[in-house]
Amino acid sequence: MENKKIYTVTALFDTPDEITDAAKATAGAGYTKFDINTPYPVHGMEKAMKLKPSYLGYVTLFFGLSGAAFAMLFMSWVSIYNYPLVIGGKPFFSWPAFVPITFEVTVLSAAIGTVGVLIALMFRFPNTAHPLHDTNYMKKVSADKFGLNITSLDPLFDENKIKEFFKGLGGKEIETIYEEDKKAEIKVFDYRFIMTLVLVAIVTAGTTYFVLNKLLYMQPFTWMGEQDKVIAQSESNFYNDGFSMRLPVEGTVARGYLPYEYKGAPDSVIKFISNPLPFTKDIIEKGKMRFDTYCSPCHGYFGQSDSRLHDQFPKPPTLHSDKVRNWPDGNIYNVITNGQNVMPSYEKQISREDRWAIIHYVRVLQRSLNAKDSDIDTSQVKREK
Amino acid sequence: MDYIKKELPTKINKIGWILTLAGLLIVIISYLVDVQRTSYNNLIALIFFSGIAIGALILVALEYLAGAVWSTPMRRVSEFLASSLPFMIILAIPLFLNIHNLFQWAQPELVKNDLALQHKSAYLNVPFIAIRFGVIFLIFYSFYVIFVRNSRKQDTTKDQRLTKINLKFSAAFMPLGAILLTLFAIDWMMSLVPHWYSTIFGFYFITSTLLAGLAATTYVAVTLNEKGYLHPSIGEDHYYSYGALLFAMTNFWAYIAFSQFMLIWYANIPEETTWFLLRWTGSWKYLSVGMVLVRFAIPYVGLLSYNSKMNPKNLKRIAIFILFAHLFDTYWLIMPSYSPGIIFSFYEIGFPVLIVGVIILVFYAQAKKYNLVPIGDPKLQRGLDFHL
Repeated sequence: MENKKIYTVTALFDTPDEITDAAKATAGAGYTKFDINTPYPVHGMEKAMKLKPSYLGYVTLFFGLSGAAFAMLFMSWVSIYNYPLVIGGKPFFSWPAFVPITFEVTVLSAAIGTVGVLIALMFRFPNTAHPLHDTNYMKKVSADKFGLNITSLDPLFDENKIKEFFKGLGGKEIETIYEEDKKAEIKVFDYRFIMTLVLVAIVTAGTTYFVLNKLLYMQPFTWMGEQDKVIAQSESNFYNDGFSMRLPVEGTVARGYLPYEYKGAPDSVIKFISNPLPFTKDIIEKGKMRFDTYCSPCHGYFGQSDSRLHDQFPKPPTLHSDKVRNWPDGNIYNVITNGQNVMPSYEKQISREDRWAIIHYVRVLQRSLNAKDSDIDTSQVKREK
Repeated sequence: MDYIKKELPTKINKIGWILTLAGLLIVIISYLVDVQRTSYNNLIALIFFSGIAIGALILVALEYLAGAVWSTPMRRVSEFLASSLPFMIILAIPLFLNIHNLFQWAQPELVKNDLALQHKSAYLNVPFIAIRFGVIFLIFYSFYVIFVRNSRKQDTTKDQRLTKINLKFSAAFMPLGAILLTLFAIDWMMSLVPHWYSTIFGFYFITSTLLAGLAATTYVAVTLNEKGYLHPSIGEDHYYSYGALLFAMTNFWAYIAFSQFMLIWYANIPEETTWFLLRWTGSWKYLSVGMVLVRFAIPYVGLLSYNSKMNPKNLKRIAIFILFAHLFDTYWLIMPSYSPGIIFSFYEIGFPVLIVGVIILVFYAQAKKYNLVPIGDPKLQRGLDFHL
């Protein structure tokens, strides 16, 4: 016993008034490192013990303010820079909409921060051992007695003097409690404890899964899956014809789509339509792009009907024939729009402007095989003598 | 209970008379100069005053209903503040005389051309609002009489059953009071903009009312106790409880006010936004921003720390500030219906001075007649022994 280090001297009292008076006397005698253990909170105790206000309030304030700042800045960053969405015509930085979430995050981070600091710093996590654990004193104070103990950390600590002092206060069952022999092992990281937690998690999750999905044949959340709505391309009991999809109202024009404006017009009219687009480099390049995409699979990249479909398909005509070369622009436009013989209509696939751009490019191709002398830029030509 | 009754100094009575007469003089001059503007100020005065008186009455009922012991030693302060309730009638009489100056729905030529007002005229008409006002006042006043008579009877009989009776009445009073205050808020404030409606508005007013009653009780109780008129056992723990309640109600007010604002802002429906738009045009904008500071931020910071709720000096300062904020809030609720921008002159001063004077006078008269501590209350000793 002698070589053991004393941790504390304890005494028990019967009523809250006694313990309050004892705390006052202990604080009055100049002791500072002492503690009170009671079965329930005794009002006015921190004043009797002359305790300084805890710093935990500042921790809460710090975490609360950090949470508020984080939530506000994060939402601002998301809705201004990262993923700006116009919601209800409001500006991207709509602070009133952020306030409720800021409030929630403030409360959450203040609470978690407080508990975390409380466990980590004040309870010294992960150390869960304490010399007072499993003592007679702790059993009594967690039932119906009020305990007072002065620890050996106190500068005025003297075992015998304190025992006399406690007797003078009317304390009962005065005991000395020693520190534990070996350093208390950290039980929180004991593999048995961790494995128990893992086991509990697996059993809970597994049982839930088994009961809900196998035993009861119940999907956990189906509210999103089973909605009273029409699903595209499936049967519907809502309409008489049994189709879920509806045709647009007669005469509906899709956004960004312009129907063929010369539908059913006689050839004599079509002859006089001229290309509305200017003959510029940009437009020709655009026309080349569209031609390569839509026309080249059959007509070939140069309009010579030399595509890879040449022998697998009704032979598409060359665009360099005299007939096509002499067609007015409007006639080509009509053929692209409405199709001709085997060629289908491209009205739905190529926009009006692109059709006209393609016609410009077709003219360029035609000219390339039937160039005139005047096309040669003589100033660039060096004549050989 | 070693309570010895001490008379309040006659100086207080004198101050009360000076304030009342000065206020009355300014009010009469205001009415002679500009009837319409003074009517609006009269309306502000009615709301401001009923906030204090009804708020104090709610505190009394709340104490019985919740079985609170800590506030029992100071309950008389709330009772005395609530005893000025009949002054509501005096404040309302000039309003009824000038009702066509205040409300659009009281002007027949406006109602004739307005379909919405015609639809609402079954509720919003002068006889019905007068009846409602009378009923609201009568119910509040009869509850006041019940609570206070039982409380005073207890001083001599020390009959514990009287507390139980008051408990039952306060249980009936709470829901009834909430409905009546909602009606009161709709009648006198929401109907200033008769096309606008907000379902949370009544609750907003209830919160302001409770804050006003609480602030007035806190200020008076702490002042009296510091001067030694109440009981030596009343101390920091009781102050802390008042401070904590003030802090909680300040937060609650902000919660309600912001809920009202955010829903209207978010939905952005023209018939709802007009009310806030009015308060966001011209110089009212500064007052609207000021509301956040005066009604929420300053009391919040002033009451946040543990010590600030314990410190009687700080607590009194904040309580007075919250009373000022209540006046500020009422001005912000009512005045934009009258003027396109902030106005402040002697019209705005007269009524608050008059109200403070009247409350002091009534309080002094009550304190002279009755004990300042409910000495017969069975909860009193526990209240005096109260520790946090």
